[in-house]
Amino acid sequence: MNYLTRRLLTFPLVMFGVSVLVFVAIRLVPGDAITAMLGTEAGLLTPEQKAALASYFGLDQSWFTQYARWIAGVLSGDLGLSVTYGKPVLDVILDRFPLTLQLALMAMVIALGTGLPLGVFAATRNGKAADLGVRVLAMIGQSTPSFVVGLLLIYFLSVGFGVLPAMGQFVPLWQDPLTNLGQMILPAITLGFAFTASVTRISRSAMLDVLSDDYVRTARAKGAPARRVIWRHALPNALIPVVTLSGVEFGYLLGGAVLVEQIYALPGLGRLVLEAILQRDYALVQGTVLFIAFNFLLVNLLVDLAYVALDPRIRLGGN
Amino acid sequence: MSLVRALLRHPSGRIGGCIILLFLLAALLGQLGLTPHDPLKQMRLDRLKPPSLTYVMGTDLFGRDVASRVMLAIGQSFIVGFLAVGIAATLGTVLGLTAAWFGRLWDGVVMRSMDVLLAFPAILLALLIIAVAGPGTWTSVTAIAIVYTPIFTRVVRGPALSIKTREFVDAARTFGSSRRYILTRHLMLNLVAPLTVQVTLALAWSLLTEAGLSFLGLGTQPPAASLGLMLADARNLMEMAPWLLIFPGLTIMIGILGFNLTGDALRDILDPKTRRAMA
Repeated sequence: MNYLTRRLLTFPLVMFGVSVLVFVAIRLVPGDAITAMLGTEAGLLTPEQKAALASYFGLDQSWFTQYARWIAGVLSGDLGLSVTYGKPVLDVILDRFPLTLQLALMAMVIALGTGLPLGVFAATRNGKAADLGVRVLAMIGQSTPSFVVGLLLIYFLSVGFGVLPAMGQFVPLWQDPLTNLGQMILPAITLGFAFTASVTRISRSAMLDVLSDDYVRTARAKGAPARRVIWRHALPNALIPVVTLSGVEFGYLLGGAVLVEQIYALPGLGRLVLEAILQRDYALVQGTVLFIAFNFLLVNLLVDLAYVALDPRIRLGGN
Repeated sequence: MSLVRALLRHPSGRIGGCIILLFLLAALLGQLGLTPHDPLKQMRLDRLKPPSLTYVMGTDLFGRDVASRVMLAIGQSFIVGFLAVGIAATLGTVLGLTAAWFGRLWDGVVMRSMDVLLAFPAILLALLIIAVAGPGTWTSVTAIAIVYTPIFTRVVRGPALSIKTREFVDAARTFGSSRRYILTRHLMLNLVAPLTVQVTLALAWSLLTEAGLSFLGLGTQPPAASLGLMLADARNLMEMAPWLLIFPGLTIMIGILGFNLTGDALRDILDPKTRRAMA
């Protein structure tokens, strides 16, 4: 079996494992599900009403049957009903997802747009003061949690410049792009901060590896201009680890959005997970966690495919 | 000892090591109650005082000394971090070693289960566990431990697989060494290097995760002191009392930086590949 087939086959397998884990986790919540679903209102129910509700939701059946029903629903796009929103879970998720996706994509553009040039710059000045400066900055950037970055940004902007980040009602991109970007730019910088640092470090070290390769020396020896050697010969090969990192990191951006959306009060998917947990809306927790994990896995799969496209050796190799 | 000396010769190792020692000292003093003020005592008359000689990092909304609370909070972060990473490293090592050694079905089961855990962004998996077990210090420890176990399993399994096929392991088997002896002596000793690096880096992440969970109100619960919690409280007061934001924020940052620098230095020292690249 070649790499591609194996990779495509593990995707549904891992996704199955994820669904089982999420399903079991929610059922391990102490107390019965009806009380968990209705909160204090459950206290008003008679035992008969509780039993009726349990049988309505299929909770009196075995876990196996419940799982089979749930997964059949999930596969047909039915993630259940959110108690807090009184809407299908999928609708709630799809309402919130565009914001988080936009946030993660913007963070990624910022990180690659600044990290890659910085890394290449540092690599071409290996060992000099500029290189050291970039490395120190990257190390500090990687060690600063997003919520510290976010709070400091808000503080310095509001105290130093009297500018408050545009909070208030969130405006989707397609309604008013300018207002939207104004609202999203600070959160995106916050989310992308640590990622920028890791892109800088990875692209620097990948670039250093490649620059010492024979073919780069050959290109130099035949008189190719330095700029061409760096951008045309060296960079494409140095990109492979950056692509891998971006894929893994994209999932973390989706997860990290929990904190950033919380700081900037953005109604995205991350904040939805948090609300669902605090409100004990388990159908919603189950649905959002599954949704995010699915996207994370999907992105990783796409990255691996991109990897194959970038490096033909993998297509044939055993690993 | 030679490792400590090598660490001291490495520039990042020197800085990182100093930071970790300083933080350990602060945590120890905090846990022993040797703080400048009582971290829980509310000095009503001294609410929101800016940093001064009496209160080096100022006081919070309840008139509690920020410096003392920071010391207590570092201890809290370390307890959660060390416990969680200790559990994750132990579990991961056992799983990784046995997966590599026994191979076949066990290897498949272990590694696919780890893939499932890795399919969640770290903070999301931690949130899911907290949703089930309820917020608190022990839940944070469990959650962080579960999040990092797969990473240790992978770090151990890879090298263990390649060591397993080396001649000296075959030789040991021929001499009649028991499986347990080979696993603990030959394989484990060769895994010390990658594990040391990973433990240091995982400590940095666990500080980050603990602070993040507490910031969201799902980690350490008040009135216990936690850096994340302090930052969450500082949010609404930061224009009036920026010291509430700046000191805990810098503390988290410098703490994580210390472990990251040390981890990087250890990797340079212990990994022969990068050692060659540096020379």
